[in-house]
Amino acid sequence: MSIKIEHLSYVYGEGTAFEKKALDDISLELPDGQFIGIIGHTGSGKSTLIQHLNGLIKATSGQIYYNGQSIYQDNYNMKELRSKVGLVFQYPEHQLFEIDVFTDVCFGPKNLGLSQEETEERAREALEQVGLGEEFYRQSPFELSGGQKRRVAIAGILAMKPEVLILDEPTAGLDPKGRDEILDQIAMLHKERKITVILVSHSMEDVAKYVQRIIVMNRGKAMYDGAPREVFKHYRELEEIGLAAPQVTYVVNSLKEKGWDIKTDATTVEEARDAILIALRK
Amino acid sequence: MLRDITLGQYYPVNSIIHKLDSRVKLVGTLAFIISLFFFKSFAGYAVAALFLGIVIKLSKVPLKFMLKGLKAIIILLLITAVFNLFLTPGRPLVTLWKLTITYEGLRQAAFMTIRLIFLIVGSSVMTLTTTPNNLTDGMEKGLRPLGKLRVPVHEVAMMMSIALRFIPILLEETDKIMKAQIARGADFESGNLIKKAKSLVPLLVPLFISAFRRANDLAMAMEARGYHGGEGRTKMKPLIYQNRDRIAYLILLAYLVVSIAIGRLSPV
Amino acid sequence: MGIIRAEKLSFEYTKFTEDGNIESVNRAVDNVDLDVKKGDFIAILGHNGSGKSTLAKHINAILLPTEGALYVDGKDTRDESSLWDIRQEAGMVFQNPDNQIIGSVVEEDVGFGPENMGIPSKEIWERVEESLKAVGMWEYRTNSPNKLSGGQKQRVAIAGVVAMHPKCIVLDEPTAMLDPNGRKEVIRTVRALNDVEEVTVILITHYMEEVIYADKIIVMDEGKIVMQGTPREIFSQVDTLKKYRLDVPQATLLAHELRNAGVALPECILSVKELVDELCQLK
Repeated sequence: MSIKIEHLSYVYGEGTAFEKKALDDISLELPDGQFIGIIGHTGSGKSTLIQHLNGLIKATSGQIYYNGQSIYQDNYNMKELRSKVGLVFQYPEHQLFEIDVFTDVCFGPKNLGLSQEETEERAREALEQVGLGEEFYRQSPFELSGGQKRRVAIAGILAMKPEVLILDEPTAGLDPKGRDEILDQIAMLHKERKITVILVSHSMEDVAKYVQRIIVMNRGKAMYDGAPREVFKHYRELEEIGLAAPQVTYVVNSLKEKGWDIKTDATTVEEARDAILIALRK
Repeated sequence: MLRDITLGQYYPVNSIIHKLDSRVKLVGTLAFIISLFFFKSFAGYAVAALFLGIVIKLSKVPLKFMLKGLKAIIILLLITAVFNLFLTPGRPLVTLWKLTITYEGLRQAAFMTIRLIFLIVGSSVMTLTTTPNNLTDGMEKGLRPLGKLRVPVHEVAMMMSIALRFIPILLEETDKIMKAQIARGADFESGNLIKKAKSLVPLLVPLFISAFRRANDLAMAMEARGYHGGEGRTKMKPLIYQNRDRIAYLILLAYLVVSIAIGRLSPV
Repeated sequence: MGIIRAEKLSFEYTKFTEDGNIESVNRAVDNVDLDVKKGDFIAILGHNGSGKSTLAKHINAILLPTEGALYVDGKDTRDESSLWDIRQEAGMVFQNPDNQIIGSVVEEDVGFGPENMGIPSKEIWERVEESLKAVGMWEYRTNSPNKLSGGQKQRVAIAGVVAMHPKCIVLDEPTAMLDPNGRKEVIRTVRALNDVEEVTVILITHYMEEVIYADKIIVMDEGKIVMQGTPREIFSQVDTLKKYRLDVPQATLLAHELRNAGVALPECILSVKELVDELCQLK
């Protein structure tokens, strides 16, 4: 049970003046239940990659296997794939269209052909998972705050009961508290529902705090792939491609350069605090 | 697929055609299109092709770009050609099953196809070498006399240039919303007409909301930058005829005279 | 007297029901006093809905106070005869880069403001050149804005305001929709304008790393100014900031945690370098 990507390449506008290789021979394995972060600057191919995972874009060459089956084989049920691999786009609140919150969340399960009862059951469950109570059900989605709208949109995907949840910059444009709330909720979903979560983000601090594994995209290639502490060791190379490690990684590395005897693999505030406290006692 | 549309796309290079006053280009395009209807012989079209060829060469825009606009109308071209080919009465040339190709039909099909191609390529020259703002400026100034008849020329021109700027943005947005709804299991393709129309609701509602939001933001941004209608406004690129524009008008006149002459003289 | 001065400024959004009765009144800005000195770099922080954007829109007279008053360079924004002067003196840059660029070519967009002001063509060109150079976008002058990155678009928008020769620029979350590189570009540009051209800057943002260079930080909550001071004064109050749903830079947070664990660090560390230097003195 996993997503397996083999030698995936995607070329934009093949044969025209604008030809561009958006993905270049990517091979990855995304096992069940992982919390994965994908980072990369704009145009690095990260958005193109995630749109391949639920079949919205078809690769120019290469293969994707979902639970062992190639999604490019004839008669593959794409609709089912899209319900299993839920994709939350950037600014997902821009896709809301229904008259009230509850009906909007029902849109996904209804498209799956579920009974009215099952559909509503799922909508209720999904809204609960994003922390929106019954008082919101009959409100127009357009009258909610930015953070609430975004949760409705995420619930719309969750109601399809995906096994893999992909979120493209779920915190863009939110205030710090809103960012933390959404990410905490996603982390909880990962823990409780045991689903795979793939988080596309610009924020190294967020990624370091939540994910188990980071994939760094650059020029259509997966440049690094590993645990945050492994990946952020390459902070100099990351800077060269327009990314950075969390601030605390710089703190411990600078201390090391100044001659401290300190572990340099801290990526969160807590880890850095503990590393510094140990070093100070030495 | 949506991005193939070349309308309103400007190709930024520095050429004599780019530098021409947009009014010259507007009049020129009109003159060229009119000339196409004078011609009744291949000689005439050869003159038009020569004229168009020189203009394209001078514009420094790659031919490939000019022809891109044709992609959108290829079906229309084929239909026109086929209809003319088979449905024009005259001297039979070949008979295929029940359909007869006549000599006149062949001629008519060729003329119509050439005319349409020239029409599209000719207008592309204008849109590829003139920024939308410049074009609307040209219309605004060219149509200024209408202002006396209380036609809001400035407002219409401003609306057109804004519309042209937002076309690519809204196309991209359509693409994105469509994908987002497909990811929620929406189906935009199957079913009968009513079902198809209904399936557009999840696309159109967000699109309209987004367009209104953008319009609201833009109005605020324009006001913040001191926009208060056409009154008291100056132009960064005022339209003033240069010598090159006067020469261009002369060349256009010469071209029109030649095309009328050829259209009259040459045998049908 | 400051270049921007608010006196007991309040603004209420009134929501009407369909039959025209008042449904609810929302006091978005509540009795705010503000005095901004010429040449200052002011940052306004606050969570979504705290009233900071509403306040910003008053400075450019897009919104008018329902109570109190706001003066730009001594001119009352409610006085209609000085409306266009105020809009020229206090420029505004908005959040969404796509929704504020009017021109189809970079240089034409930058010329839009001066055109509205009725500046002669020759001078418009001079202003366009000088402002595009000031934001580092001169070589993109003939590009279509649609082909630029988010950060570049925002710099064009800033140039469009600079070309109007304002005394003050208000930026309403200009980096909220940008990636880290774009954010850096924009902030660098804004800081340079403040340093070199001595334009007064009012920056509204959620990103704490962007405000550590400000001369003064104002924190808003529920329409009121709840904290103000230098970045050091503000960021030394980590717990209070959290109460207002705000963050602190990660280096500041780490210093705060270390202090709580008994390390004798000073209270107001803002950057990685400061923290490293202070720690090295301890060892």
